[in-house]
Amino acid sequence: MESAAIIDTGNLTKQYGKQTAVKDLSFKVAEGEIFGFLGPNGAGKTTTILMLLGLTRPSAGYARVCGMDPLRDAREVKRIVGYLPENVGFYGDLNAFQSLHYIADLNGIPLRKRLERIGRSLETVGLTEHSQKKVGTFSRGMKQRLGIAEVLLKEPRVMILDEPTLGLDPEGALQLIELIQSLNRERKITVLISSHNLSQVQKISHKVGIMIKGAMVASGSIDSLAKASFGVADGGYSLEEIYMKYFQEG
Amino acid sequence: MESLYAVFRKEISDHFSSYRFVLLFALIAMVSFITSYMVGMQLRDNLETLSKTRFPYLMLFSTPGAVFSMVQFVAFFGPLIGLVLGFDSINRERAHGTLIKLVSQPIYRDAVINGKFLAGVITILVMLVAIVLVITGFGLSIVGVVPSLEEIWRISVYVIISLFYISLWLGVSILFSIVFRSIATSALASVALWIFLSFFVTLGAEAIANSITPIERQDVQAERVIKNIRIKEGLSLASPMVLYSEATATIVDPMRKTTGSIVFMSPLEQILSSRFQNPLSLGQSLIVVFPHATALIAITLICFAVSYLVFMLQEIRS
Repeated sequence: MESAAIIDTGNLTKQYGKQTAVKDLSFKVAEGEIFGFLGPNGAGKTTTILMLLGLTRPSAGYARVCGMDPLRDAREVKRIVGYLPENVGFYGDLNAFQSLHYIADLNGIPLRKRLERIGRSLETVGLTEHSQKKVGTFSRGMKQRLGIAEVLLKEPRVMILDEPTLGLDPEGALQLIELIQSLNRERKITVLISSHNLSQVQKISHKVGIMIKGAMVASGSIDSLAKASFGVADGGYSLEEIYMKYFQEG
Repeated sequence: MESLYAVFRKEISDHFSSYRFVLLFALIAMVSFITSYMVGMQLRDNLETLSKTRFPYLMLFSTPGAVFSMVQFVAFFGPLIGLVLGFDSINRERAHGTLIKLVSQPIYRDAVINGKFLAGVITILVMLVAIVLVITGFGLSIVGVVPSLEEIWRISVYVIISLFYISLWLGVSILFSIVFRSIATSALASVALWIFLSFFVTLGAEAIANSITPIERQDVQAERVIKNIRIKEGLSLASPMVLYSEATATIVDPMRKTTGSIVFMSPLEQILSSRFQNPLSLGQSLIVVFPHATALIAITLICFAVSYLVFMLQEIRS
C-alpha cells in the first residue's frame, strides 16, 4: 500500500503574497482508491489540485504523481492525469464529437485510434446519441458527463474531479457518482474527488481527507475518522457529522 | 510541435468560420473592389493620354482612387484586422473555463499562445493575398496591365511588410487579452492604443515640434524649418502607421528614393532626384526602407515576446 502511493505530497505549501492558501499539506492516495477531498470553500482544495497538475508552482514542499514531479515532468503527469475542473467550460459552437476530437488532438492520440476512443468515451458517459449536438445546447448534467468523457479519452490512471456534481439535480448527481464508482472499479482508475456533497462522497470513497484553512485536519478511512473524533469505530456516524465536528474545532 | 499544430488547426477553423471574419472580409473585399475599380478607371484614361508609364501595375496600389489608395487603406485599417482577430483570444477562453482545460492537457503551455498567434498570422496572410489578387485581377480586366517580374517582387515585399504590420496589432490585442480579464476592456484598450498611435502621435509630434522650434510667418529661416520638420518626423516614427506607410510607399513606388520628405535632402540630392528620373532597382528600394522594415519587424516580435512571457508567467486559475 505504501509503495503504490499514486499521489504523494509532503509539506506542500502555497502562498499568495502574505496569504497562505495551502499549509504543510502531506497526504497520500494509493493506487485504485477513491479519495474524497473535503473542505469548505476557499480551504485550498483547488490550489492543491493545481499543484498536483503542475499548473501552479508550490512555494515549498513537494508533490509527486506516480513518482513524478508535476513541475519537471509536466507533460508526462498530464498525460496520465485526467482533470475535470470546477465549472468546466466548452466551446459552445462545437458539437460533442468535435470537442472530444480536439481534446484527442491535443493528447496526440493517433488518428487511427481516435474515432474508436471517442466512440467509447461517448458510450461510457451515455452521450452517443447526442454526439452531433452543439455543446452550447447541452444541459449542465450533459456537460459534466462530456467533461468526464474528455477525461476518459486519454485513458488516465488518475482522475481528479473538482466538484463534479455541483449544480446537478439529485438524479443527475447520482448517475455521475455511480459512473465514477464504476470507472474506479472496472478500469482501476484512481480518483481524487472534491465535493461538498458529503453523503455522495461517503458512499463511494475509500478514504477522505478534510481540509480547513489550507491544512489537512484529518485523513483516513471514514471509520478511522469516526473513531478518532467520536471514539467509536462503527457508531454509524455519517461523514457529515464527522465533518461538522472538525469544522467546528477548526 | 504536435500540440501547437492541434491548437493552430482549431484556431484557424474558428477564424474562418466566425461571423466576424466573414464581416471583416466582406468589408475589405468591398473596399478593395471599389478602390481598384476607381483606380482602374482613372488609370485607363491616363494611360491613353500618357505615352509610357513605367510601372502601371504598381500604380494600381499606390494611386489614390476616390479617397484612399490601397496602400493607404491597409495602413489605416489594416490594424483593425489584427485587433479583431486577437482581442478576445485568451480572455474568452478564460471566461468560458476552457483555458484551464486546455493547459491541463499534455501540451506545453506555449503551444496555446503560439498556435493562436500563428493562426492569426496565417489568416491575415490569406486576407492580404486575396486583396492583392483581387486588385491584380481588376487591373488585368479593366486596364489590361500585366505585372512584370520586378513588380511581382515588389508586391511580395509589400505583402510581407504588411503582414508584419498587421501582426503587430494582432500581437497587441493578444497581449491585452492576456492582461485584461474582461473582453470588453481588452477590445477597448486595443482600439484606444490603435487610435492613439495612428492618429494622435502625428498630431502630437507636430505640436511638440512647433513648441520647440516655432516657425514664424516672417523671417522663415531654412534651418529652423528643417529642424522643425526633423523633430516632427522623428517623433511621428513612434507611430507604427508612419513607419509602415513610409516603408511601403517606397516599396510600391520605385520613383521614390527616400522615405523622408523633400526638405531632408541635401541640395545635391534634390538636384539628383529631379534630374535623373530613373526608378530605383528593387535592391536599392529595399536598402532605403531597411531601417523602417527592421523597426517594424522588431516591434512586432517584441510585442509577441512580451505577450508570450506574460502568458507563461501568469496564474491560469481565474
